[in-house]
Amino acid sequence: MPALEIRSLVKRYGAVEALGGVDLEVGDGQLVGLLGPNGAGKSTLVKSACGLVKPTSGTLTVAGAPAGSKEARGAIGYLAELFRFPGWARADEVLELHQRLTGSDGGATERGELLELVGLADARQRRIEQMSKGMQQRLGLAQALVGKPKLLLLDEPTSALDPVGRRMVREVLIELRRRGLSVLLNSHLLSEVELVCDHVAIMRSGRVVSAGKPEELVRARGVEVETAAGRRTIEGATRDDVPRIVAELVAAGEQVYEVRALQSTLEDVYVEAVS
Amino acid sequence: MRVVAAHAIKESLRRRVFAVVLVLSVVFLGLYAWGTSELFDDVSGFSSNEFGVDAETLAGATVLGLAMFAILFLGAVLSTFLTLGAVRGDAERGLLQPLIVRPLGRTSYLGGRLLAAAAVSAAYVVVLFGACTVITGLLGWWPDRWIAPALGLAGAAAIIAAISLLGSVLLSSTANGIAVFMVFGAGLVAGLLGQIGEALNSDTLDTIADIATWILPFEALYQDGLAQLTADVDGATEAIVTLGPFGGAQEAGAGMWPFAIAYVVAVFAAAAALFARRDL
Repeated sequence: MPALEIRSLVKRYGAVEALGGVDLEVGDGQLVGLLGPNGAGKSTLVKSACGLVKPTSGTLTVAGAPAGSKEARGAIGYLAELFRFPGWARADEVLELHQRLTGSDGGATERGELLELVGLADARQRRIEQMSKGMQQRLGLAQALVGKPKLLLLDEPTSALDPVGRRMVREVLIELRRRGLSVLLNSHLLSEVELVCDHVAIMRSGRVVSAGKPEELVRARGVEVETAAGRRTIEGATRDDVPRIVAELVAAGEQVYEVRALQSTLEDVYVEAVS
Repeated sequence: MRVVAAHAIKESLRRRVFAVVLVLSVVFLGLYAWGTSELFDDVSGFSSNEFGVDAETLAGATVLGLAMFAILFLGAVLSTFLTLGAVRGDAERGLLQPLIVRPLGRTSYLGGRLLAAAAVSAAYVVVLFGACTVITGLLGWWPDRWIAPALGLAGAAAIIAAISLLGSVLLSSTANGIAVFMVFGAGLVAGLLGQIGEALNSDTLDTIADIATWILPFEALYQDGLAQLTADVDGATEAIVTLGPFGGAQEAGAGMWPFAIAYVVAVFAAAAALFARRDL
């Protein structure tokens, strides 16, 4: 049973169609990245999976339960794109509140481990109003992990983080995948998605326009060679063709200085998909 | 629901605004004690007059009635403050989403918010009214009833909290705050219309006031509490008290309390139904 299964999901706000029949699956232990330009429907999709947005039609199930049901809400951890915790509360109190809401019996041990995981072990008693935005974002990630959810839904989790914070989140995601947690990651950062995700879905105008493993989405763009005659690209060639190309050039008496197999990046795939 | 209520109460106690309310309440009680003391000193010369009017009763009922009005206003401010952004306001600020996706559910969340706001504001008005009653009593006059007026104020605060909670599902915080105080003002105006209608013997004004009372029962509970202050006063004193600014208060009748409870339940149910359909 997949952690998240979305079939023919449609969401309309009046005349505006935010989602136009989306199919998506997040398998057990899978880390799926959701990419797309602003207004593509990514956040609406994540909110639908949380039960925050009611679909116009289609089905969403979380660990087999309809999205938004008590069982489904008990199986997810969610970090919203725009969220805030009460300024008067301390980090430990925020996690304690969410332990109560999820029925977690992890106690102080779980809270300590989560704060340690996101690098906030020293800020346990610090008030939210005394935390930087990046610290609050990391606390948000810890909050989403309270109660050991089966599916983690992250909507732009690194938007307020500096490069070091982003790397920390990437490491946390890799660790979570190692533990078998399923994750749907909505992010603008292609490099982030490329580095950690097993599967990528690219959305445009409320539809998934490209999906697959990152290595499947990228493709060969030819072989570039530099000889005494200059630099040229051999279209259609792949990495496997490199020995043959070099042998032919040498046999033809050319001096080869550099050979490079060209491959499209996820960014190329993304730009092509959304434009 | 208890977790949300406990969290909301904790929030109301830890925010600076609550400390401000507390300080202002102490200032209010100090001024009230001073003013009441001066008033009783001034009327002490009229203790035995030829009209048979009990000057201390007249002064005490008037000043405590005035205090009830102020306490109702403060209670309305507090209950509105605790609920005005409970749904749309908190959703816009991003405070709501992390809580709502948890297993507790939307209705339980709303219930917790209402429970907390009603409990805090009801306790606040009861304590404040109790303090004013004791001050008035020690300085010269004890009201005929004090539990019923206190409960009336508490009920009124709870009703305003429910109205504000319903408004929070539909309106942004600022718009909801304005709307709730317009509703509050409408209730008070309806009460005044009723008093004027009675004084002028106008059936139309009486009917308008009656309808408004059922639509906005917090006003009826307040008026009932006000009437209970001088429930046993009779003779010339009663006639004078009735002519005073707070003397025209009407007893609500036996049906008002069950209606008020049903009203809160209905308003809460409407809020829960609207919230259940709302995209966040």
